[in-house]
Amino acid sequence: MTVTTYSVHDLFGSFDNFASYTTGGLVYGAIYALIALGYTMVYGVLQLINFAHSEVFMYGTFAVAWTFVFLHGTDSASQSLGEALPILLVALLVAMFVSALVALLLERVAYRPLINKNAPKLIALISAIGASFALAEAMGLRDRFAKWVGLDDNLKDYVSPEKARDVYSNPVTINPHDLFSIGGYTVTDVDLVVIGAAILMMVALDQFVRRTRFGRGIRAVAQDPESAALMGVNSTRVVQVTFLIGGLMAGVAATLYMLKIGSTRQNAGFILGVKAFTAAVMGGIGNLRGALLGGLLLGVMENWGSAVFGSQWKDVVAFVLLVLILLVRPSGLLGEALGKARA
Amino acid sequence: MIRSTKSLRTLAALAGVAALTLSACGSSDDDGDKKSAGGASELCGKNLAFLGALTGDAGALGQNMVNGIELALKEHNDKNADCKISLKKFDSQGSPDNAPGLATQIVNDDSIFGLVGPGFSGESLATGKTFFEAGLPSISPSATNVTITDQGWTTWHRVIGNDDAQGKADAGYLTGKVGAKKVFVVDDGQDYSKGLAGTVKDALGDALVDSDQISVGDTNMSAVVQAVKSSGADAVFYGGYYTEAGLLAKQLRQGGFKGTFMSGDGSEDPNFVKVAGKEGAEGAVLSAPAGPAPSGFGATGLYATQAYDATNIFLAGIEDGASNGEELNKFIGSYTGDGVSGPIAFDDKGDIKESKIYAYFVKSGELDVANPEVIE
Repeated sequence: MTVTTYSVHDLFGSFDNFASYTTGGLVYGAIYALIALGYTMVYGVLQLINFAHSEVFMYGTFAVAWTFVFLHGTDSASQSLGEALPILLVALLVAMFVSALVALLLERVAYRPLINKNAPKLIALISAIGASFALAEAMGLRDRFAKWVGLDDNLKDYVSPEKARDVYSNPVTINPHDLFSIGGYTVTDVDLVVIGAAILMMVALDQFVRRTRFGRGIRAVAQDPESAALMGVNSTRVVQVTFLIGGLMAGVAATLYMLKIGSTRQNAGFILGVKAFTAAVMGGIGNLRGALLGGLLLGVMENWGSAVFGSQWKDVVAFVLLVLILLVRPSGLLGEALGKARA
Repeated sequence: MIRSTKSLRTLAALAGVAALTLSACGSSDDDGDKKSAGGASELCGKNLAFLGALTGDAGALGQNMVNGIELALKEHNDKNADCKISLKKFDSQGSPDNAPGLATQIVNDDSIFGLVGPGFSGESLATGKTFFEAGLPSISPSATNVTITDQGWTTWHRVIGNDDAQGKADAGYLTGKVGAKKVFVVDDGQDYSKGLAGTVKDALGDALVDSDQISVGDTNMSAVVQAVKSSGADAVFYGGYYTEAGLLAKQLRQGGFKGTFMSGDGSEDPNFVKVAGKEGAEGAVLSAPAGPAPSGFGATGLYATQAYDATNIFLAGIEDGASNGEELNKFIGSYTGDGVSGPIAFDDKGDIKESKIYAYFVKSGELDVANPEVIE
């Protein structure tokens, strides 16, 4: 019904437009990439897709929202990034803590019992999907939980009553300020912080895995769990650390997401999770740098796709791209496993 | 949740019975000197059904409707101890996938003589045939998609203006009152949204500069924002519900869009402001084919007055002596009256004859629900 009248010529005839679509894509791509880390690391170590990772992220977004309400109140009157920075930093720590906690809980409840029993990978996958739904629906119950513990009056600023499954209404509204322009397109401080923070975290993690003792342990287990165990690597510990790091990164992603979007819902993880998983596969699942590349690429290609074909085709473009890449490189763009990363 | 409302309802019913045994029952005089209810109708003691969203993303809207229905039933039951009508609620979560199964349950339930609902357009299109074939009369308080009444389902009525009226009024408001020269139209691809956005597009004519579509649940609207900005539009119309509308309004403002943001009744909810944030929502115009409830009205929320009126039409039919679906349907078709939501009479398709469209404004960071402007 909607007839989109853009043509490639209209859009990319102007560099302003092109730069704008690209920057917008990079911002989302950076968030995809951070979430993708969780998928990639767990896959690298356990050869398992942790489908509940999107919920780890979602809990992080709520942690940010609630921290904001707690420190700032429900008044959503505008704040610049500079004004909100102290609250954001606290929110970041809380989100990282909450996401890491959920990730560890997930590992303990949904995976370790199965891994210890040497259950087939398929069972763990189903357990992951189940955990994903359970976590999302548990968040949907937050208003009732507040009632059960007798906190609904105190908490009415924190949960929106009767609409708990609905959008969480919150004051995480950061008004972006223009910094500089690239060919007429103005880059804002929020855009820059999201992209910058994401890349910084990725680099830090990459160095962690490559240079530290824990990193070596992770790589050892990823490469050959049995030999690693013989060499004295505590694989349970390594798996835990992997989930922990994935959770911490999801917390960072959640903070950046709230900085950019500002509202969340109990099913917020679903679409982002699928996209991040796609980014991980695109970059080569099990590869950290691949997750960054895949995430940024996916974000940008999506926006270009929207520009050329209309926004309703965004997801189609993303998945067609995924299929095309996998046809040419079945192991993804940087199809090198985590375990093979050089020390 | 269902369990708790059930027990609540039982309690309310008990309380009602207690109240009635104490008070003398008054005579009904809704339609002047027509037959008094006095147990005359075989429908006494039976049920009205509600089908719509009670939980899920749009659960609040369905809850508003139920409040209106329950108010009307309570008023009726308080007056007519010998002809009590109860409500059976069916929660579709607003989804056209859930509704057909519930519709089958409704038509197979002999104790149900009529339906207030369905709540949304998608579920109305998915269930209208079932109700029509079973001869069960229905009055929707809120489904506004134009095509529903084109299906020939003679049992289907609505007490709300359709999207045709709303879309034309919205387009007229943007080009007339706002003075917009270039309007960009966005929708989310659902039945209701496409219908409303489509009417707006047609009515805009040359003022339509471009259009785009987003998907429900998506949060990244940077591409749409960019398209709006490069089109040079001075107004944006969005067809859809308040979550995406709020996100779009917010991202447009943050992206530097200075023009007017307008959306329809799917966004006319205080949550729009919460999602968009005060700055993002400021100045937004949200239209709805429903005015504010009169002061002192015992149910709040969008569509509560329509649901109340729809219920009263059924009750008037019972008082008139209708004893089955067919007679009720005939009664509804020829009904004229003044509801709390405005004058009610149906055309031969089941659409309300006269409807007003209101524009609500976001001022000082709040949706002003009390002072809309009539735009048609």
